[in-house]
Amino acid sequence: MSSWVDGQRPITIAILAMGGEGGGVLADWIVAMGERAGYTAQNTSVAGVAQRTGATVYYVEMFPPPRGNPAAGGRLEPVLSVFPTPGEVDIVIASELLEAGRAIQRGFCTPDRTVLIASTNRVYAISERIALGDGRVDSNELLEAAHRGSKKFIGTDFMQLAEQSRSVISASLFGGLAGSNVLPFSREEFEAAVCDSGKAVDTSLAAFALGYQAAQQPPPQPTPRPVAPKREPVPVAIGRRPSGDGAAVAAAEEEQRRAVATTDPGHLVGPGLQNQAKRVGTEFPEAARSMLLRGCARTAVYQDPSYTDRYLDRVARLAALEPDPSGEARLTTEAARHVALWMCYQDTIHVALQKIRRARLAGVRAEAHAAPGQLMQVREYLHPQIDEITDTLPTRLGRWLAGSAFSRKLVARLTRHGMVVNTTSIIGFTMLWVMARMRPLRPRSLRFGREQQAIDAWLDLAVATAADDYALACEIVECQQVLKGYGQTHQHGTESFTKLIEAAATLAALPDAAPALARLRSAALADEDGKALQAGLAAIQNQPTTRSA
Amino acid sequence: MNYRNTDLPAEVVRYVVAPGSAASSVIVRGVQAQLAVGLAQGRCTRARPTREKFARGREERGMAERSFATEVLKLRQGAGKTFTGEGILAVTKALLQSGVAYVGGYQGAPISHLMDVLGDAHEILEELGVYFENSASEATAAAMLAASVHYPLRGAITFKSTVGTNVASDALANLASGGVTGGALIIVGEDYGEGSSIMQERSHAFAMKSQMWLLDPRPNITAIVNAVETGFELSEASNTPVMLELRLRSCHLHGSFVAKDSIRPPMTVKDAIENPVRDLSRIVLPPASFLHEQEKIAKRWPAAVKFIRERGLNEVFGDGTADVGIIVQGGLYNTLNRAMELLGCSDAYGRTRVPIYVMNVTYPVVDSEILDFCAGKRAVLMVEEGQPDYIEQNLNAILRRAGATAALHGKDLLPAAGEYTATAVTRGLSTFLHTYLPDALDGEPALLLPDDDPRSPFAVRVAPPVVQPRPPGLCTGCPERPIFSALKLAERETGQHHVSADIGCHLFAINEPFNLGATTMGYGLGSAGAAALNSQDADHRTIAIMGDGGFWHNGLTSGVGNAVFNNNDQLLVVVDNAYSAATGGQDVLSSKADNPIRSTKHPIERAVRGIGVRWARTVTNTYKVAELRDLFVQALTTKEPGPKVIIAQSECQLNRQRRVKPENAKAIKAGKRVVQERFGVDADTCTGDHACIRISGCPSLTIKPNPDPMRTDPVATVLDSCVGCGVCGANAHAASLCPSFYRTDVVHNETWLDRTLAWLRSAWISVLSGRVERRAAEFEVA
Repeated sequence: MSSWVDGQRPITIAILAMGGEGGGVLADWIVAMGERAGYTAQNTSVAGVAQRTGATVYYVEMFPPPRGNPAAGGRLEPVLSVFPTPGEVDIVIASELLEAGRAIQRGFCTPDRTVLIASTNRVYAISERIALGDGRVDSNELLEAAHRGSKKFIGTDFMQLAEQSRSVISASLFGGLAGSNVLPFSREEFEAAVCDSGKAVDTSLAAFALGYQAAQQPPPQPTPRPVAPKREPVPVAIGRRPSGDGAAVAAAEEEQRRAVATTDPGHLVGPGLQNQAKRVGTEFPEAARSMLLRGCARTAVYQDPSYTDRYLDRVARLAALEPDPSGEARLTTEAARHVALWMCYQDTIHVALQKIRRARLAGVRAEAHAAPGQLMQVREYLHPQIDEITDTLPTRLGRWLAGSAFSRKLVARLTRHGMVVNTTSIIGFTMLWVMARMRPLRPRSLRFGREQQAIDAWLDLAVATAADDYALACEIVECQQVLKGYGQTHQHGTESFTKLIEAAATLAALPDAAPALARLRSAALADEDGKALQAGLAAIQNQPTTRSA
Repeated sequence: MNYRNTDLPAEVVRYVVAPGSAASSVIVRGVQAQLAVGLAQGRCTRARPTREKFARGREERGMAERSFATEVLKLRQGAGKTFTGEGILAVTKALLQSGVAYVGGYQGAPISHLMDVLGDAHEILEELGVYFENSASEATAAAMLAASVHYPLRGAITFKSTVGTNVASDALANLASGGVTGGALIIVGEDYGEGSSIMQERSHAFAMKSQMWLLDPRPNITAIVNAVETGFELSEASNTPVMLELRLRSCHLHGSFVAKDSIRPPMTVKDAIENPVRDLSRIVLPPASFLHEQEKIAKRWPAAVKFIRERGLNEVFGDGTADVGIIVQGGLYNTLNRAMELLGCSDAYGRTRVPIYVMNVTYPVVDSEILDFCAGKRAVLMVEEGQPDYIEQNLNAILRRAGATAALHGKDLLPAAGEYTATAVTRGLSTFLHTYLPDALDGEPALLLPDDDPRSPFAVRVAPPVVQPRPPGLCTGCPERPIFSALKLAERETGQHHVSADIGCHLFAINEPFNLGATTMGYGLGSAGAAALNSQDADHRTIAIMGDGGFWHNGLTSGVGNAVFNNNDQLLVVVDNAYSAATGGQDVLSSKADNPIRSTKHPIERAVRGIGVRWARTVTNTYKVAELRDLFVQALTTKEPGPKVIIAQSECQLNRQRRVKPENAKAIKAGKRVVQERFGVDADTCTGDHACIRISGCPSLTIKPNPDPMRTDPVATVLDSCVGCGVCGANAHAASLCPSFYRTDVVHNETWLDRTLAWLRSAWISVLSGRVERRAAEFEVA
């Protein structure tokens, strides 16, 4: 048997991290610990670029102290490799879930050998962040791969453990390594390596302890795949909440809410909306009620209860076309969502209101880690543009202002550099408060009239389509998703929306119209210059033109 | 098409994760990613040294990406002590043990830290009478070795290769022609393979063309130290400069060796200056230069071969164990041994069952040793990384000329291009041994299984599109980010321009989200790269980018001077972040810092005006995006002829944060009033379109699940790592993004004035917001 198979081989450890996360420090700790115990330890990395946020691999080999005299014919010291060898890595430490996926993909982490110690938080890659819609990869898939691709998986949100101790992730991961009991060293030996390094020892040890403890717990399981395509956002193993659990908690909460919406809809809205809640409880399919009640509260806060009535009237048009009201009621649910979102379009009045809400300011404090009573100021970066201002004004005034070259120039000059408003100051808060109080003016504004018209036109089309092609109607309703952003981005969204709606009319004659429209909608969110959508539209025009074809 | 079968090298696969179908696009992306990586790191580190006062000064400025202040104390270790540390630290110690008289170099990964170690060791060098300088460029460093031509001074220089070797090659060729009296060592950091930041070429060619000797020691600290010491001896024995190739991973290798005493050079630089010598026969001018060429062949080469043979610099293991053999570059020995362990024909101590000839000297090839090794062998495998296959070609000539019968294999069984990872070598070696010596095989590592075998480490266990590439990018708070944001915004007004990029962190702008930059031709060559794209008839101007490092390296003359002379109409943006930031924060002429041993604070604008630029502007705060955008538009539209130069200054945040963070923590502890700023995004107001990210790409500006159950797209969010640089706010303004951004100023150790004001404010706010909340409570459930 060869010496390698026989076990005369180093312990091999690959650390996958991003530049700046302390992967090098972690590798140094491991080497220091090994050397102290008499191992021949070596540590290599590819530095440089690594320091600039890119993915990088640190690699450690540790060869146990020789037993007896070294046999003749060889070198005095073990010959160690500078590369991790696919299929031959004992331990993989990944600072993030996607990096764990990368370790599996590169063959460093394998089910026959590797103990995978991975943080389950996500640090999104730039490709995931720049999408106009949701560009995130499926964390559940990564979690599944972590289970599938390793001999033993130790996973928890080590990043959160580090933050909890005001330390860095290298410390909590080192604790995870100790707690995994895969290395032949005691906890004391681990801790000695941290102490010897002499930097931020207390916080590092605190994070180490949390990581050690977490390694004793079973790792999060991927959530079972939903049978139907997901309708609700299901945050799986993402963000800073304990992965897996977050999704489960959210799903359970939503389930509970649905039950309440069925039995006691009034419970989910304030006293001023009880009539509307009653209407939701009697006139609408059960599956859509939770979403509808959200829409009720939203539209009422946005404008007033009569606006909510208008909202319900609009959704009712589609609910009436629901072929199976006791079923999933997708059309109604999606209408409940998208009609509310559109009716509560983000104008300056609404933004001002959002900025001064108490819950918002409390959330900001928490995010800034301000202690109770600690002084904190919040400064808003606002840049109202001429269109946003004229949109808020009463129709006639707005139209005049928008049409006047002089006034446009004046406003442009005044707002050219944007403004910074201190919401926590008396003047700043009052300004925003006054702005939010302009709500009664909204129904007479230029934009209000325009939006209501567009909403009705959109719903008309959905209603007209629903009888023939229910799925297409659903997709038409969902096209509202592309209406997002402010300024140029919003304008781009509006253009995309117009094209989608035009395409929907064309598609109605074609087979598989609904999936085709869904693809176009993704294309509209694929880039900022509308190229993908344009290409998608061109492809459709080259298709056969009738259903019978 | 299965992208796995395209045999992408590991270094490409590392970044590219293959959205399934189109393998070609994958490769393109991989190459882009590599490019990005590459240049960025271009050169990586910081430098300089000295007494405690200075060390303290530097710490206050937060200069060093990495300080070796404590490690350099190890350089004082005497004979018999075990010296433990990183490869580059060991090299420094080896230089001192060799009695080196002077050292120079140019920083850049993977040897940046070598310059930093030398910088931090300044005091020790001075004690020993060793002269050290941070050279202006690799050419400067190489020319510095002229001191060893006439004088028995041992000199060493260092830079990254092959980019640095390219820059230095003029001086190196002249040095090699005349030859040296004192030992001259060129330590090149070979930046090849995964993590490399430059084009993939071999330094080997430079050794061959100038006939300098090339050492390629095993990745082992003792071997590297020995290579430094014998390198000087070899250089002196053959009157030839010697290149010592340190591979990327060797530079950062941790290990130990037994130290010797550091020694004072027998002759110092001072002695040489005071006793000048000249010898016409050593100067490169005909007829001497013709004689030099003859001398290289007739005298220096044989002398080198004699030295190499007598000192046994190359090693043979497992002699006589089999009638096939392996020849390997020293730097690949450890990888080869690992491959042999996996295949069951060697063990952890290198006890091999197949003879190996280890070329610790890869140039010149010692013909007689090759013939001895190949004698009586049926076949030999040459393990030589990179292309072209210089050594393999050389071996073929040697064997054929001698009529040797051994079959020679190499790049027919091993990859023709790319890094020789454990996987690559194991696969090639396995094929070789299966053919010639199957009995030696005693193991079938999993990596030899076909990729579609479920036991293969490469079996698909995670859907390829899920593993997104993660190329390096600009750090959180990087002052270069607003420059590119502003440039992107300026292009919205002026239309797209050709952008000639340069080496440095700013090259990351070629990637998402900026997508700015079309070519990069070399360090400091951003402006020159735009030279041809100059037409008086065009209504569009070319944009060139250059860093302050590249500017002083050669950009002032090769770029700015050239543009002035040729009436080039380009806009040149010089990114000035107060030191050579990409290489780790080394000072350059325009550094803002006081440096007691170097002369700094020479403004770039003065330099360009001095060379004839008439339109030059210096921006001292790049974070003002709107102003910078307007300046770009002005520069792109002004009627002023000749190059337009904008010097965009703001300090590198990576280095700045290293300084500021501890200062703030200390001030807070000391009870001083400190305001901590960071940015945030209102999830309610954010509509999840991520326009802010597409114009910034800051690592701290990311996404999170939408807390609003009515909406599905993730919203933007700012992480705790935010340093409050202000780009988010400035972008929100300059690009009229959205009203979601806010800045929080948290006050530590507030004053009574703070508290009074806060009380007044919160009282007023609670009155006003009471009404708002009461109304909302009518409709919402808490």
